[in-house]
Amino acid sequence: MSIKGKAYIMGAYEHPTRKAPDKSVPQIHAEAAMGALKDAGLTKDDVDAYFCAGDAPGLGPLSMVDYMGLKVKHVDSTDVGGSSYILHVAHAAEAIAAGKCSVALITLAGKPLTAPVPRAVIPLAPDATYESPYGIVVANSYGMCAMRHMHEYGTTSEQLAWIKVAASHHAQYNEHAFLRNVVTVEEVVNSPIISNPLHRLDCCVITDGGGALVVTSPEVAKSLKRPLVRVMGAGESPKGQAGGDTDLTYSGARWSGPIAFAEAGVKPSDIKYASIYDSFTITVLMQIEDLGFCEKGKGGKFVSDGNLISGVGKLPFNTDGGGLCNNHPANRGGITKVIEAVRQLRGEAHPKVQVKNCDIALAHGTGGSLGVRHGSATLIMERA
Amino acid sequence: MAERQFPAAVINPESQPYWDAAAKGKLLIKFCNGCKKHFFYPRSICPLCASSDTEWKEASGKGEIYTHSTMRRVPEPYALAYVTLAEGPKMLTNIVDCDFDKLAIGQKVHVVFKPAKEGPPIPAFAPD
Repeated sequence: MSIKGKAYIMGAYEHPTRKAPDKSVPQIHAEAAMGALKDAGLTKDDVDAYFCAGDAPGLGPLSMVDYMGLKVKHVDSTDVGGSSYILHVAHAAEAIAAGKCSVALITLAGKPLTAPVPRAVIPLAPDATYESPYGIVVANSYGMCAMRHMHEYGTTSEQLAWIKVAASHHAQYNEHAFLRNVVTVEEVVNSPIISNPLHRLDCCVITDGGGALVVTSPEVAKSLKRPLVRVMGAGESPKGQAGGDTDLTYSGARWSGPIAFAEAGVKPSDIKYASIYDSFTITVLMQIEDLGFCEKGKGGKFVSDGNLISGVGKLPFNTDGGGLCNNHPANRGGITKVIEAVRQLRGEAHPKVQVKNCDIALAHGTGGSLGVRHGSATLIMERA
Repeated sequence: MAERQFPAAVINPESQPYWDAAAKGKLLIKFCNGCKKHFFYPRSICPLCASSDTEWKEASGKGEIYTHSTMRRVPEPYALAYVTLAEGPKMLTNIVDCDFDKLAIGQKVHVVFKPAKEGPPIPAFAPD
């Protein structure tokens, strides 16, 4: 059984806050949820399934279901880091296709800017006994990937910088973006090193915020007044160290991408707009290669000279400004990736970045840590 | 510049032999008698072939840097790395006793044991 055409994304809402010292995390989840339901033209009482990940405070989905007063018959709190919410759309479509529910709500929220929770060692994680002494944080994990990619393929810091430059071109039009200034390649490569070879401007922003999505059955979708965004295909794939046969030059997108493209029945050249997870510039580069938008190892050349800028290049990406400039709520960017893809398919992106005739879009996420173990989730959608 | 202090190792029954050996200055890895391969990190069931016939082996302690990244945005910078061990598997570790600016992929390194805040010392690698 396929999920192709079995579900629609009818509600999408990005919380406008980027700094929320006066709100609780559950409150931002709920405000985002109500925003997405309103966008769809639905109410809380229409929701019969709830999806969340590790950012949802409490016990799996139970605490937020109770907080929001939901009455649901299907829940899923699969946590694959920042890619969770892309995977949740696929899991919601599966549940809808199986007849388990018809209106699925997905939420994300967090306050890493104003109420950061220190990244703690999870002592019972199987790797902790061997890895916890070494100070793995996010930036040095991705830094190791960038270092190896440069070694094997000749990728340069200037090429990586083009990814940030493109995101900044888009962010200037987003009134809610955390960073709206347009930057140059020189500014990126001259910003301080965080963990080499990654500079400060190779890293995503840290913001408070949240977002929500509503995925429905075809019957519900067709009863609503919003443009129809149909799920075409999805793939998911965790990748780790392979027992020591570790290869940091590619991501799980190498596996999740082909699954999604096969289910959707399309190829990379059919994608008019792509939301690509951008925790760091190197994340984007590797995913673009692994999804097949260019040959492996040629990502540096592909992203250069504005090729990711809407209206300029061949692959308009992250037209909201992405995690690099706009928003990375809860240090998890997956939901904003789907939200901007929905805006593009509806024709509701900012006019300066709206892709013409945007009929097919892709959202891809990397969750966890690219240099140790991560989740990959790919979602392909179309304007019906 | 001060060296980063290693935190205490988190030890569980499955990894106890690894840390007992570290206390004696030995680096252990696992060998699978099912598929005849070394693997890392160590665990009781082989992640390559699922055989439970695995045994601890002392590694030569020699290897080369597969990749590295030095965290600079902290008071005491440190180099995270994967080292390809002479036995084959890659091991996540730190490179120590070195000039971080001169680290290079392919550089030959050897195991050294560094004191932790408490408990057994931590295996790390230094350039030959």
